[in-house]
Amino acid sequence: MSIENLKVNDPFADDVGDTQPKNYVHIRIQQRNGRKTLTTVQGLSKEYSPKALLKAFKKEYACNGTIIQDKDMGEVIQLQGDHRTKVMDFLTDKGSDKMGKYALAKENIKIHGF
Amino acid sequence: MAETEETPVFDPSLKKKPRKSVAFEAENGDEVNGAGKDNAEPQGLETGEGGEGKESEEGTAEMFKGKKKKKPKKADGDDEAPGEVAEFDPTALKRKKKKKPSKEKAEGDSFDAALAEAGVVPRGEGEEGAEDAEPALPEDTGDLLLGTGVWNAASTVDLTYPLLLTRFFTLLRSQHPDLAGDGRRSYKIPPPQVLREGNKKTIFANISDICKRMKRFDEHVTQFLFAELGTSGSVDGSKRLVIRGKFQQKQLENVLRRYILEYVTCRTCKSPDTDLKKGENRLFFVTCNSCGSRRSVAAIKTGFQATVGKRRRQQT
Ligand SMILES: [Zn+2]
Repeated sequence: MSIENLKVNDPFADDVGDTQPKNYVHIRIQQRNGRKTLTTVQGLSKEYSPKALLKAFKKEYACNGTIIQDKDMGEVIQLQGDHRTKVMDFLTDKGSDKMGKYALAKENIKIHGF
Repeated sequence: MAETEETPVFDPSLKKKPRKSVAFEAENGDEVNGAGKDNAEPQGLETGEGGEGKESEEGTAEMFKGKKKKKPKKADGDDEAPGEVAEFDPTALKRKKKKKPSKEKAEGDSFDAALAEAGVVPRGEGEEGAEDAEPALPEDTGDLLLGTGVWNAASTVDLTYPLLLTRFFTLLRSQHPDLAGDGRRSYKIPPPQVLREGNKKTIFANISDICKRMKRFDEHVTQFLFAELGTSGSVDGSKRLVIRGKFQQKQLENVLRRYILEYVTCRTCKSPDTDLKKGENRLFFVTCNSCGSRRSVAAIKTGFQATVGKRRRQQT
């Protein structure tokens, strides 16, 4: 038998919830020359094929893009232009036939930049 | 606007905690709701050319120019910041932002006025709207604060509940502004002063002043800015930060706001009076000076940075 109340976390413990390494997908923006920008998507887990995603992104946003092999971050998708929110919407869209049940939770994606 | 849509992602861990008693989190929650609503909109409104974050942002900036009562500023003037002394309140601005793209706002003030006339309180306006639309006032209400009319002690008019409620909130706002509103104390830091240096660099002039107010090291803030903006830069002779790339005051304000959310405000009591210290095992902790709570914060990671700039020479 257990008493539910006693299972509550220790209120005096330090809150260390944030530093637990979550496998975030990071969507970043970088400025190029002039008004031009780049969007990078980093941290997608192995189940996702960067190639297929890139293809979908390129078609959907009518932009060019490439996959970069980074020795620390693995495969990074790079797109031309600022598509951060659209990429976010795409990756979290459970309804689309592309992502479907593989859609990510919003909590697991971090958009950076201004 | 592009920034508004991102808000829920800035700090996803926040919205997991549903405790309503903590105003800071509640605020975050409703921001998420608001942003969720916004998220749906741009798709409907997308006009082909306005699809990209920055462009659409400028577009809307034009559209709303007439409505920006608080801060009239030129779209990309170099001198926009330094003249401005008004402090920016990260929380207040956030609220304003959230509302801007919503439909009923877009309809313009006249629409709001019409609603108020009709006695309908626009959604999301809360008590302030209710007060404007206060219908059932007797002819001679007199001045509440001066105690004339019905408010005179000698008056024999029956004071209705709405009247008394109005009185309560008026007095509360005028005499205890801290307690009024939704419970959040406003936290004010000066707005970032942004200058353009040449065509490719941005100067963040008052960074050390802002850091002093937040009680954070310039280096930490700088590191965060660079990581978020995906750029680099340097500090000049007068401690101003020179950032590579073009950035507007509003954009830096956004990043700063996120910094404050992550590294300054206490999540328990949302007080900004906190210290950032290195704790055991290389973790950084934010310790609150008003409630004593302590939480660890993530180290700033730059993450992937694409090589931008000069094109690599083609091999022939
Ligand atoms: Zn606190």
